[in-house]
Amino acid sequence: MRATRTTELGTGMFVLLGFAALFFLVTQITNREIGFGEGGYRLTASFEQIGGLKAGAPVSMSGVTIGRVESIGYDFTEYKARVVLRIEGGYDRIPDDSDAAIFTAGLLGGQYIGISPGGSGTFFVDGDQIEFTQSAIVLENLISKFLFSKAAEQGAAGGAGEQGAN
Amino acid sequence: MKRLAHELAERIGDSLVSLGRYTLFTLRLLAETPRALLRFRLVVEQVHNAGALSLVIIMLSGLFVGMVLGLQGFDLLERFGSEDSLGTAAALGLVKELGPVVTALLFAGRAGTALASELGLMRATDQLSAMEMMAVDPVRRVVMPRFLGGVFSMPLLAAVFSMIGIFGAQLVGVQLMGVDPGQFWSQMRGAVEHDDVLEGVIKSCVFGVACSAIAVYEGYHSIPTAEGVGRATTRTVVISSVVVLLLDYMLTAVML
Repeated sequence: MRATRTTELGTGMFVLLGFAALFFLVTQITNREIGFGEGGYRLTASFEQIGGLKAGAPVSMSGVTIGRVESIGYDFTEYKARVVLRIEGGYDRIPDDSDAAIFTAGLLGGQYIGISPGGSGTFFVDGDQIEFTQSAIVLENLISKFLFSKAAEQGAAGGAGEQGAN
Repeated sequence: MKRLAHELAERIGDSLVSLGRYTLFTLRLLAETPRALLRFRLVVEQVHNAGALSLVIIMLSGLFVGMVLGLQGFDLLERFGSEDSLGTAAALGLVKELGPVVTALLFAGRAGTALASELGLMRATDQLSAMEMMAVDPVRRVVMPRFLGGVFSMPLLAAVFSMIGIFGAQLVGVQLMGVDPGQFWSQMRGAVEHDDVLEGVIKSCVFGVACSAIAVYEGYHSIPTAEGVGRATTRTVVISSVVVLLLDYMLTAVML
C-alpha cells in the first residue's frame, strides 16, 4: 500500500498529461492564431468584405492550394479588411496583375481565396499587395437585393395597372 | 392481490431507503473531503490507481471514437458539401458530449469495478471491521482517498480522451478523406468557445463525483460474501452507467 517511486512517477505523468490535454483544449481548439511554417513569401490584399474568411483558410489557383491566409486585420487608412497571405515558395511565378477573390467551398463550406492569374510578365515578390480584389458574396445581401428589386418591379407593375384602369 | 400490493409498497420503500442511504453517504463523503485532502499521499496513490492505470484504455478508446467520428462526420457533412466543418463537428461532439460520457462509462468499467471489488473484499475479509476495532475510521482511511482519487482523475481523463479523439478525427478526416487541414483547424478554432470546453469539464467533474461515490458505496456496503462482492461490482457498472446518462441529459439541458 506504500506509494513507491514508480506509482508516483506514473501518477505524475498522468496528471501532467491530463493538464496538458486540458491546456490543449483551451488554447488550441478555440480561436487563436496558428503558427504556420515559416516558408514561401507573403502577399497582402485588401477586401471590402471578407465574409466568413478565417486565418488558416487556403489560397488556391485553379483549385490547387498554393498557400494559406496567415492573418486578417482591419486597415483604418483604407477602411478595408487587410488579409495577409503566405504563398508557398514553389509558387513564385504569379503575375503581379493577378486578382484575388473570396469564394465559398460548397453551400455551407468554408471560405477560401482564389487567385486568377493576370497577363503581366513580372511576378509578385515578398511583401507585394494584390491590387485587384473581389469581396466575398454575402448571401443575405444578395437575397435582400433580389427581394427589393422584385418588390420594386411589382410596385411599378401595380402602379402602371392602376393608371391604366383610371 | 393484497400480498402483491404489500410487496410493491415494500419494494418502493426499499428503493427510497437505498436512495436516502446513497444521498447521506455521498454527503458524508463531501463533508469529509477537506480533512481527507490533508492526507495527500493516500489520495495520490488512488489517483494512480484510478487515473494513471485507466490512461491506456482511455487513450485507445479516444483514438477510435475520434476516428469513427471523423468517418461518420465526413460522410454526413459531405452530403451538404460542408466537409470543411468536420473539425468543428468532431471537436464540439468530443469536448461537450463524447469525452465526458464515454470516459465516465469506461471509468465505471475500469476503475469503478476495481474500487467496488477492493472495498467489498475488505468488507468480506473483515478488514474494515478490524480498522473499526483499532479506532481507525475506515471511511476516512480507506474510502475517502479512493473517492477523491476518482473525482480528481475523471476530468483529466476526459480531457485526454477529447484531445486524442480530435487527433483521431484529424487523422481520418485530413489524412484519409482529404479534408483541408487549414479549414479543419481554423473552422474548429472559429466555432469552439471556451464555454464549450468548460461545459465538458463541468460534466466530467460531476460524473467523477457520481461514479466514484457509487463505486465506493457499493463496495463499502456490499454483502460480505463472494457472491455479494460480485453483485456489488455489477451494480456499480449498471448504476453508474444509468446515472451518468441521466445526469448527462440534465446537465446538457441546463447548460445549453
